[in-house]
Amino acid sequence: MIEVQNLHKYFGELEVLKGIDATIEKGECVCVIGPSGGGKSTFLRCINLLEIPTKGDILIEGVSAMQNLRQLDKLRQKVGMVFQQFNLFPHMTVMENITLAPVKLKKATKAQAAEKAMELLGQVGLAAKAQEYPNRLSGGQKQRVAIARALAMEPDVLLFDEPTSALDPEMVGEVLEVMKRLALNHATMVVVTHEMGFAREVADRIFFIDSGIVTEEGTPEQIFRQPQNARTKEFLSKVL
Amino acid sequence: MEGVAAFFQNMVNSFSDAVFQSLIKEDRYQYLLRGLGISLLLTLIAAVIGVVVGLLLAIAKLQDVNNLTGNRFTRGLRRWLTGFANGYISVVRGTPAVVQLMIIYFIVFGRLLKGIFPFSLMEDYQIAGVAFGLNSAAYVAEIIRAGIMAVDKGQTEAGRSLGMSGRATMFSIVIPQAVKNVLPALGNEFIVLLKETSVAGYIGIADLTKGAQSVGSITYDYIVPLICAAFIYFLMTTVLSTGIGALERRLHKSD
Repeated sequence: MIEVQNLHKYFGELEVLKGIDATIEKGECVCVIGPSGGGKSTFLRCINLLEIPTKGDILIEGVSAMQNLRQLDKLRQKVGMVFQQFNLFPHMTVMENITLAPVKLKKATKAQAAEKAMELLGQVGLAAKAQEYPNRLSGGQKQRVAIARALAMEPDVLLFDEPTSALDPEMVGEVLEVMKRLALNHATMVVVTHEMGFAREVADRIFFIDSGIVTEEGTPEQIFRQPQNARTKEFLSKVL
Repeated sequence: MEGVAAFFQNMVNSFSDAVFQSLIKEDRYQYLLRGLGISLLLTLIAAVIGVVVGLLLAIAKLQDVNNLTGNRFTRGLRRWLTGFANGYISVVRGTPAVVQLMIIYFIVFGRLLKGIFPFSLMEDYQIAGVAFGLNSAAYVAEIIRAGIMAVDKGQTEAGRSLGMSGRATMFSIVIPQAVKNVLPALGNEFIVLLKETSVAGYIGIADLTKGAQSVGSITYDYIVPLICAAFIYFLMTTVLSTGIGALERRLHKSD
């Protein structure tokens, strides 16, 4: 479904990703963990081409991104993204936030998009907030709206870039709950996270990324119980 | 005692006489009224051109030179656009508006374009409007560019991640937020623009300032017409800044 081939990314002289190969299967929830500055977020941002890989390729449903750099908008429609800082559009209501892209990109009429938005807002428990502006919402509510907004495009895969890192501790749970339900419904997800509990419980597979490479990969069982790599062991001993 | 009363009586008399001479006799207030109309028209034309051209310049200047998508042609075009915008803004900001006005009136329209296009159909004040507009565009471009850059990069990323094109993201997500950022500075620019049009007399346009001058040259008394002109300018800029303030409050309803 998504195939990452020999992915390299440089920022100037700095090599952030040093050759990552990975496959994400349909219906799978992959959590990406690892120390800060290791390249987790860059890896995620390369998957929907917010960062253009320096070398290597990303195949989305078998379509090469690097050979279709002029059709990136089309590719990105299939890859939803949820950001650490929510990035809701502050000048639009919750409803407008969710319906903007589907209507603009002619995926749905205004009425269809609104109906779908209400359904999604119901799923994330915010149907009552449809006409509010984002500034009136709490962090957890904002992030749930952001998830609904990403889902409105009916993407094949959802990417989460540390979705709970900017939240007050008491709001982390409500967002993780929504994500967990998505995973149980077999949405394809890639989640960069520091929430080890979530990774352990929900992930089908875990990537440990450090210094720009996937140093270890396996089921939560393998990674948390019997980490093989010395760096993984050290990291887990610090965070668990 | 009587002397003081006579002194004041005298002053009132000479004042009302001056007002009569400057404004009422032979309908001289018409100089100011027509001049005001011309000044407002000039400002309106210039403001529209300034905002449209300024927005285009700002977008041209913001073309990401390091953006490697697209083919060689579009990459070259982006570089060229940025260079053009930079050059235009530097030249316009680095030379006086009056000189630009005269160059455009006497040289560009008066010589170069004469006979090529039916510009002879354009009234002088319209040409001046174009000149002021092109001048204002450079300042507006910098205002808008700053406003666009102040919008968080995450907003663009959110738009692009939903599959929207760069242009759609710019126009439905970034610019509406930028407008809110730039409104105070833009209002200021319109006020500057309105006052700036007072040099239109240099190319013989009978704007408000020129009208006041004309009255003065007839009556040999500049006090009343100039004070009147100043007062009218002040009234106009006050209306303008009040209007902008109201608009600002309306746009901030999402906060």
